[in-house]
Amino acid sequence: MTETLLKRVERPAKPSALSNAMVFGWRAVLKFKHVPEQLFDLVMTPIMFTLLFTFVFGGALAGTPGSYLQFFLPGILVQTVVFNAVYSGMGLSTDFSKGLFDRFRSLPIWSLAPFAGLMVGDLMRHLIAGGIILGIGLLLGYRPEAGVLGVVLAFAMLLAMGFGFGWVFLVLGMMVRTPTTVMTLGFTILFPVTFASNIMVDPATMPDWLRGFVEVNPVSLMTTALRGLMDGTATAGMLTVALIAPVLLTVLLAPVTLMLYRRK
Amino acid sequence: MPQATDLAISTRGLTRSFGPVKAVAGIDLDVPKGMIFAVLGPNGAGKTTLLRMLATLLPPDGGTAMVMGHDLRADPDAVRGVIAMTGQFASLDEDLTGRENLVMLSRLWGFSGRAARDRATDLLSAFDLSDAGNRQVNTYSGGMRRRLDIAASLIVTPGVLFLDEPTTGLDPTARQSVWRLIRQLAASGVTILLTTQYLEEADQLAARIAVIDKGRKIAEGTSRELKAQTGSGVLHVTPSDPGQLEAAEAVLASAGPVQRSAEGATLSVPVQDAASAHDLLVRLIASGVEVADFSMGQPSLEEVFFALTGAPPEEDPA
Repeated sequence: MTETLLKRVERPAKPSALSNAMVFGWRAVLKFKHVPEQLFDLVMTPIMFTLLFTFVFGGALAGTPGSYLQFFLPGILVQTVVFNAVYSGMGLSTDFSKGLFDRFRSLPIWSLAPFAGLMVGDLMRHLIAGGIILGIGLLLGYRPEAGVLGVVLAFAMLLAMGFGFGWVFLVLGMMVRTPTTVMTLGFTILFPVTFASNIMVDPATMPDWLRGFVEVNPVSLMTTALRGLMDGTATAGMLTVALIAPVLLTVLLAPVTLMLYRRK
Repeated sequence: MPQATDLAISTRGLTRSFGPVKAVAGIDLDVPKGMIFAVLGPNGAGKTTLLRMLATLLPPDGGTAMVMGHDLRADPDAVRGVIAMTGQFASLDEDLTGRENLVMLSRLWGFSGRAARDRATDLLSAFDLSDAGNRQVNTYSGGMRRRLDIAASLIVTPGVLFLDEPTTGLDPTARQSVWRLIRQLAASGVTILLTTQYLEEADQLAARIAVIDKGRKIAEGTSRELKAQTGSGVLHVTPSDPGQLEAAEAVLASAGPVQRSAEGATLSVPVQDAASAHDLLVRLIASGVEVADFSMGQPSLEEVFFALTGAPPEEDPA
């Protein structure tokens, strides 16, 4: 034991910021390997929602379960991605409560690298969860009319949404001490925002005051854009308004995240 | 007075407050290169805050600090390049295996894939963790976790290694193995600044000890110098008849301040050595006190504080 310990090891050449970020991305991949249960958490709720809404409410809402699924599936994809973002906030809060980030912060590395890595992990989670939900939708009879290209574009849009909403929960993850509180707070924000949207029903039957909110709710705008991309009816205007919230959240919250991290 | 270039750490008037609480209220430290230096104090004395500042995790409110020739406040990134810190709580990813943790940190330091894997293998075998290397850290015992945590601080040999209460919560065997490790590291030239609540630990490991309380340094010196102030040991005496406690206390008080145990049946007094303990016992028996039991031990942190300040340390939740 002594010999190896006594051997002095010098610092290698300083790695690039990108290389630092890749290491954290690798860490996220390892988490999938060691904690596969986390995927179960991510997909079970949306699967339940899809089945219940399609078969219990679908007929009443849209005439037949099949035509409701056609309306609902793009929306549930948006909801899945937005809910998933909560889990990465919980992960961050866990890391902080265990002192792991003390180790990272005392290393001479690019200070945003741990977050870049978290984001890589998030994007992979969004892709996997989204893929599973879409797969189940296809089995149940959902048909994306814009074909493969439409689905690819829709998933690109989903990732942009997940990236934008991710910042909200990274900030929460750093401000709140316990992971369960992050979850509670996260869902307290997300339930009204996702239910008071056009994910489940057309807002036409809602009272005026609520419809006013639902029509400008970023989740509605994103859902409309996703439906458009999957159906092949998307317009440039639709996509632009859908991207406002993710871009704004990134621009506003990335610096806040960095500031909180440095001050912690 | 040592030259500035011989110092691994040098601080002047370092302060840090949390709201109204002055966690560190002006500390001067000079730690020569290659030394094991212990910061001894009770919970809430400011030990961890001091260490976190020196490890760049917490910006100081005031004062100056140089670590291996780099200014802590002006160039924290340069400081990060020459230090490593093992905190009180294992700073490891519990979901990953021991090997993956080490490979991850090696790659963050800039070792390429192959070199990072070799570095992990070397460290695992050096720390007697080769067999456990492919298990997730959440299956490790406290001692294994602590060893891996220290290994994680040695990916690149640091100039200064900070260890925050390195043996708190470990069983005696694991504690001995961590002590051995710390001595070997110091022998290889690493400067070590550790915090502890145990006088015995500081005595066993450190060439110099700073005693801190309420954010201030109240004493500093070699273990021998501190013991000259606090007594090298403590004599515990239990009279057979509780009615004789007063009489026994009067005899023992000639050696120093006497403390009663919580139950009140045992008296403790600092003594310089075994010979003076023997003298005290002889005088005690000569005065007619019947002694049911006696023992001699290292002074506890409470007793050191009692000797230095005349008051027991105040527990402070901060």
